[in-house]
Amino acid sequence: MTQIYAYIPFKNGSAEDVALEYPAAAKKIDAAAMLTAVVTGSGAELDSVATEMSKIYEQVIKVDNQALAYPNAEVVRKALVNIIPKDAILLVAHTTFGMDIAPGLSVKMDAAYAADIVDFEGIEGTRLKMVRQELGGAVSTHVTADISAGAVITIRPGAFAPVDGGAANGTITDKSADAGDLASTRKFLEVVEAEVGDVDITKSDVLVSIGRGIEEQENIELAQELATAMNAVVSCSRPIVDAKWLEKSRQVGTSGQTVKPKVYMAMGISGSFQHLGGLKGNPFIVAVNKNPKAPIFQVADVGIVTDILEFMPELTEAISSL
Amino acid sequence: MEILVCVKRVPDTAENEFELNGAGNDLDRDDLVYSVNEWDNYAVEEAIQMVDKMGGSVTVVTVGDDESEEILRREMAMGANNGVLLSDDAFEGSDGKGIATILKAEIEKGSYDLILTGAQADEGAGQVGGMVAAMLDYPYASLVNKIDVMDDKKIKVGREIEGGNQEMNEISLPCVLSIQTGINEPRYVGIRGIRKVSSVEIPVKSASDLGLDAASVGSAGAKTRRVDYFVPDMGEGAEMLEGSTEEIIAKLIEKLKAKGGL
Repeated sequence: MTQIYAYIPFKNGSAEDVALEYPAAAKKIDAAAMLTAVVTGSGAELDSVATEMSKIYEQVIKVDNQALAYPNAEVVRKALVNIIPKDAILLVAHTTFGMDIAPGLSVKMDAAYAADIVDFEGIEGTRLKMVRQELGGAVSTHVTADISAGAVITIRPGAFAPVDGGAANGTITDKSADAGDLASTRKFLEVVEAEVGDVDITKSDVLVSIGRGIEEQENIELAQELATAMNAVVSCSRPIVDAKWLEKSRQVGTSGQTVKPKVYMAMGISGSFQHLGGLKGNPFIVAVNKNPKAPIFQVADVGIVTDILEFMPELTEAISSL
Repeated sequence: MEILVCVKRVPDTAENEFELNGAGNDLDRDDLVYSVNEWDNYAVEEAIQMVDKMGGSVTVVTVGDDESEEILRREMAMGANNGVLLSDDAFEGSDGKGIATILKAEIEKGSYDLILTGAQADEGAGQVGGMVAAMLDYPYASLVNKIDVMDDKKIKVGREIEGGNQEMNEISLPCVLSIQTGINEPRYVGIRGIRKVSSVEIPVKSASDLGLDAASVGSAGAKTRRVDYFVPDMGEGAEMLEGSTEEIIAKLIEKLKAKGGL
C-alpha cells in the first residue's frame, strides 16, 4: 500500500491552509493510500497543532524538540530523514519553507523529487504522473517520477480542494525519540518584519496594479492617474519592486502583501502563481496585457489585449469625464 | 573569497509567446529567444560585489550545449573572472538531481567558499542548489535577499519569506545559497563588454573529464521525467472585450460600475 506523509506547516499555534489540501492531493495519488500528518515543533504550540490535525488525519506523528521550535529547514530535514520511511511519498507545501527543505531532503532520502505540483494523475507501475507548470505558468507539463524508492513532492498551496475538516479521531504518535542528532551549521537568528510603507494597499477596495508591462519608471504616473480617477491605490507585481520603482509594501503576492479588494485592475501583469497567491477574496479581476497568452487571462473576469501604456490614459480620461 | 555561480540558458519569458510544436508534445523552439536566467544575473552581481570588497574570484558554470557558451560570456562581461561549460551528450535529459550531480563533480575539483545559484529558473522548481548542498553536505539557504560576511568562516544571510518578511540566519562556509531577485541591481552589459571577453578561452568538460558515470546522469539516471507540454483547459477564462477602444472602454466602465470599481 502506498504510504503518504504530509508535512504540516503552522504559525502561531495553528496549521496553515495547506493542511486541509493534502488529503485531496493524496487521494489523487492513490485513493487507497495511507495518509499520515507529520508535525514538528516544540511544546504546547506543537501539541495544539497535533490535536487540531488529529481531527483531520487518522494518523498524526509529532516530533517535539527545542531545536525544532522555529522551522529551520536544515534542522527539520535532519529529523524527517530519520522519521519518514524510505519508500514513502512525502508531501510538502511549495512555500519558502518547502523550497528550502525539499530538494535536499530528496537527496538525503535518495528519493525522486518533483516540485510545485498542481495535479496528480495516479500511479502506473512504479511511476506517478503529475502536472506542473513551467515558464512562469505560460505552459503546463506532465511529469512522471519513479517512486519505487520513495518521493519528495512539493504541492502548490491552493491547487487542491480543502477538506471539510473535523470528523476524524486520529491517533497521535510521538516520534520525538527518533529525530536523531539535530545539530546544524545554519543557525536561525530572527525574523525581520516587513517595513510599513506610505500606503496600505490592503485597505483599498480598488487596486490599479502594474507589472512589467509598465516598461519604464516614468510610466507609473499613468497608473497613478488612473488610480486617482478610480479613487483607487497603485499596487504592483514583483519586478516593479525589484527595479526599486515602488516600495516593497506596494507588492501583491506571496512574498508581498495579501490583498482582498473588490476590483483588481491587473495592468501589464502576466499573472504568476506567486503574484496570484496574494490575491484573496475573489475580486473582480480586469486584465490588460499585450500578450494574448498571458496566464492572467485564465483567471481574470474581463480581459483586454492591448498595450497598457496606450489604454490607461484613455480609460482615465473616460472615467474622469463621467 | 572563491565563489562559483551556477547559471542557465533559458527561453526568455519576456521575449516569447510560447506555442506548442506540431506534434503538441514540446514547445515550438524554432524561433525562441534565449537569455541567461533572470535570477542568475542577481547571483553573479552579488558574487562580483563580494569579490570587489574582499578579493578572490568569481567563476560561472553551466550545464548545457555549445550555445550555452554565450551566457557564460555575458556573465564574464559583467565581471566574472572564469567560465566553465559542462557539456556532454550523456547529460541530455538530466533531471534536477542529474544536473546537481554534474555540478557537484565540478565543485569538488575546485576549492570554493561559496556556491550561488538563482532561486529558480525556467522550469520553476528551484531544486538544484538545495540538491548540490545536500550532496556535498554543505549548509544551504534558499531565496536569499541579503548577504553579510561576518568572517572567513561565517556569513549572515537574509531569506525572503512570506508576507515580505525576512528570515535571518547565520551559516558556516563553505555553503550553497540560492539568490532571489531584488537582492541588488545587476549591472548592464553592453556589446563592448561582451566583445572584450569574446576571445577568452572557456574550458569545456565532459562526463569523463568530471569522472562521472554516464548512467548516473542524463535520461539514464533521471527518476523524474517530463512527458509532454500542454496548454491546460482552464475553463472559460476571462470574457475578452473586443472592438474599438471606445467600445471596449464603454463596456469596461459598465462592468466596473456593477462591481463597485467606480
